[in-house]
Amino acid sequence: MNHRRTVVLASLATALLLAGCTGTGGSSKGEEAKAPTDPSKVSGTITVLTQRTDLVQDGTMKRYAAEFNKTYPKVKVEFQALTDYETEVKIRMNTANYGDVLLIPGVIKKSDYPKFFASLGTRAERGKKYRFTDFTTVDGKVYGQSPIGVMPGFVYNKKVWRQAGVTTWPTTPAEFLADLKAIKTKTHAIPYYTNFAAQWPLTSWTFVNGSVHCDPQATTKLAKGDPWAKGADLRVGDTLLYDIVHQHLAEKDPTTTNWEASKTRLAKGEIATQWLGTWAIIQFRDAAKKAGLSPDDIGFMPFPAQVDGTFCAVVGPDYNQAVNIHSQHKEAARAWIDWFTDKSGYDKDNLAISPLKGATLPAVLKPYEDAGVKLIELDDSAGAEVKLIDDESEVGINKPDYRQSLVDLARGARSGSLDGFLDDLGKKWTAAQKNVGQ
Amino acid sequence: MTDTTAKTAVTPAVPAAAPTPAPAPRRARVWRGLTPWLFLVVPLALLITFTYAPIANMVAYSFTDWDGVSPQLHYTGGHNYAELFTRSDLFEVFFVSGYYLAASAVQIVVALYFATILSFDVRFRTFFKGVLFFPYLINGVAIGFVFLYFFQDGGTLDSVLALFGYHSSHAWLGTPFSANVSLAGVSVWRYLGLNFVLFLGAIQSIPGELYEAAELDGANRRQQFRHIIAPGIRPVLTLTVILSVSGSLSAFEIPYIMTGGATGTETFVIQTVKLAFQFNKTGLASAAAVVLLLIILAVTWVQRRLVPDDKVDLV
Repeated sequence: MNHRRTVVLASLATALLLAGCTGTGGSSKGEEAKAPTDPSKVSGTITVLTQRTDLVQDGTMKRYAAEFNKTYPKVKVEFQALTDYETEVKIRMNTANYGDVLLIPGVIKKSDYPKFFASLGTRAERGKKYRFTDFTTVDGKVYGQSPIGVMPGFVYNKKVWRQAGVTTWPTTPAEFLADLKAIKTKTHAIPYYTNFAAQWPLTSWTFVNGSVHCDPQATTKLAKGDPWAKGADLRVGDTLLYDIVHQHLAEKDPTTTNWEASKTRLAKGEIATQWLGTWAIIQFRDAAKKAGLSPDDIGFMPFPAQVDGTFCAVVGPDYNQAVNIHSQHKEAARAWIDWFTDKSGYDKDNLAISPLKGATLPAVLKPYEDAGVKLIELDDSAGAEVKLIDDESEVGINKPDYRQSLVDLARGARSGSLDGFLDDLGKKWTAAQKNVGQ
Repeated sequence: MTDTTAKTAVTPAVPAAAPTPAPAPRRARVWRGLTPWLFLVVPLALLITFTYAPIANMVAYSFTDWDGVSPQLHYTGGHNYAELFTRSDLFEVFFVSGYYLAASAVQIVVALYFATILSFDVRFRTFFKGVLFFPYLINGVAIGFVFLYFFQDGGTLDSVLALFGYHSSHAWLGTPFSANVSLAGVSVWRYLGLNFVLFLGAIQSIPGELYEAAELDGANRRQQFRHIIAPGIRPVLTLTVILSVSGSLSAFEIPYIMTGGATGTETFVIQTVKLAFQFNKTGLASAAAVVLLLIILAVTWVQRRLVPDDKVDLV
C-alpha cells in the first residue's frame, strides 16, 4: 500500500513539473535578419514553411529553389508544406523549431512579432520599395513581407452573365440582386455559390470592408465603432449575402457544397458567381483549361458599390513571410524572402498583384483599369486591436461561423431576423471594445 | 458513439530483468519487491507522459489567460471557471448531445440484437460479423467525407431512395434537427461494430452447456436471452452504457469534419476547440475541458452507484 502512495505522489509531482515547463520561448528580442551583401558567400540549409501543398507536390517550389540557387549557390532550400497551416504552425511556435522562413500565422499578436521573428529593416526604408509594410510593422520595424497582393472580388462566368443580358458590372447591391435574378430566370446556372461547407470562402465577405465607402481607414473604424451599424461596410456586405440566400439565388443545399468541384462548375457555367479574391482567378482558369473550356470566360468584378461613380477595391497582403528569430542562417533566410518577393515571378505565375510599388497590374485585371476602379490600401495601424476585439467578443469576423449562421438564418434553418442578428453581433463587438480598451 | 481507444495504455512486455535466484537472501527480497515495478516501468511511463502530464498541463492552463502561443501568460485564478458558469450559452450546446444519447440507445439495442442472433448457428454468420464490424476499422475522417457525399443533394442517399420510388429533395444536413439526426446516424453506423463485438465476446464466454440444458428444459430463444444471456453480459452492458454516455457528451469527430458545427450541430467539444484555436482563448477552453472531464467522471460515478458491478453468477 505504501508503495502505491509513493508512485501516485511521484507521478503527480512529475506531472506538475511538466506543467511548469510551458509558455517559454522567444527569449532573444530585437534581432535583425540583414540582407546579405555578397550572394556567393551566403551559405546554409534553410527550411521554408508554406501552406501551398500543391506547389510543393508538383515541384514548382523546387523549380523556384533551383532558380534561387543560380544567385545564391551555397544556400540549400528545403520546403515543408503544411496542410492545416495555422494550427500546425501555432503549436510548433511554442518551440524554437519552426523553420527558417515561415508565413506569419494569424494567431500571433502583432506586439509579439519581435519575440518570434527577426526584423527585415525599418518601415521608413522598406516602405520606399514595398507595399503593405505597415501590416507587419512594430515600433518602426518591419517583420514580414508578402510575396503577393490580393484583392477581393466576384469571380464570375462571363458567358453566363452575358446570356442573362447583363453586360455592365452592377453598381449597387440592389442591382447585383436583380442581375442574379436575371441569371436565375434566363439561364440554368446557380446565380451564386456560397461554398458553405468549405467554410473559409465565407470569411472573405469580411474583405468587403473598405470597398463600400472607399475608405482606407476602414480597419480603424472597426476598432472604434460598430461594424454592423446602419450603412457600415460589414452590414452592407452581410445584408447582400443574406439577401442572396434569402431570395433563393444561392445553391439549394449549401451544407453539402464542394469547393474543388465548384471551380469546374463555374468554368462550365453551372455556377455564375462566387465572392473570393484575385488569388482564385488562376485556379478557376486552370479548372476551365482542364475541362476543355476557354479560361477567358472567367471574369472578375468588384463589390457592387460606388463612391462618386467609381468602384473601389481594396488591395491587401497575402500571408507575410518572416524569418524565425531562432534561425541559424538568418542571412540566407532573408535572401530567400527578398529573392522570392522581387525576382521569383511568383506574383506573375499567380496572376497576382505585385508587392513592389509601381508595378503594373496583371493582364487579367485589365477590365479594372478600363473601368477606372480605384485601388486602395487599408491603413492597418489598428489591425492588432481589431484582432483582440474579435477574439474577446468571439464574433470571428475572419472565421466562418457567424456567416454560416447568417446563411442558416437567410434560408430559414435558424429563427430570428437579420436586424436582430446583426445588432447582436454589434452589441458583442462594442462590449468587447470596452474590455480590450481597459 | 463510444470511444474506447483513448486512455488505456497497452502493457508491453518488458524483456529485461528476469528474476534469477540470487544467493544472498536480502538481495533476493529486494529483487522480488522490484520485479513488478520493472515490468510496470514502460506502461507507467507511457501513462504519465501521455495521459497524466497533459491533464495536469490542461488544469494548469485553465487558471491562466494563455492564448496558446504567446510567451506570456498570466495567472487569473478562477476567472475562467467563473466565466464558464456565468455564460449559459456555453452550456446550450449540451442539447446536441441529446441526439447522440438517443442514438446510443438505438445503437446498443441493435448491437445487442445482432450479437444475440449471430452467437447462435446462423448461415454466413462470420460474413455478417465482418460486415457489422467493418465500419469501426475505417478512419473517422474518411467516414466524414464519405457521408458528406452520401447526404449531398442528389447524392447516394437520394439515389437509393429514388430506387424505391421516393424522390426526395430534402437537404439532409440543412436543418438543425435533420442534420443532427443524420450525424448521429453516422455515429451509430460507425460505432455499432464495436458494441457488437463487445457483446458477442461476452455472449460467447457463457458456457455452451447452459444453452443445452435450457433447451432440454424447453426454453425458447426469447427465454434463453432473458435468463441466460442478459444476466451473463451485464458487466459488459454496463460498461457499454457508460462509454456511450461519455461518448455522447464528448461527440466530436464526425460533426466536426462533416459540418464544422454549423447549422446547430455544435457539440461541447467542438465549441471548446473553437474557443482554443479560433479565438485563442486556450485558458477558457482548458477550463471547459476540465469541466467536461468532471461531468463525465460524475456521470460514471452515478452509474456505478446505480448499477454496482457485482459478480455474475449464472449457475
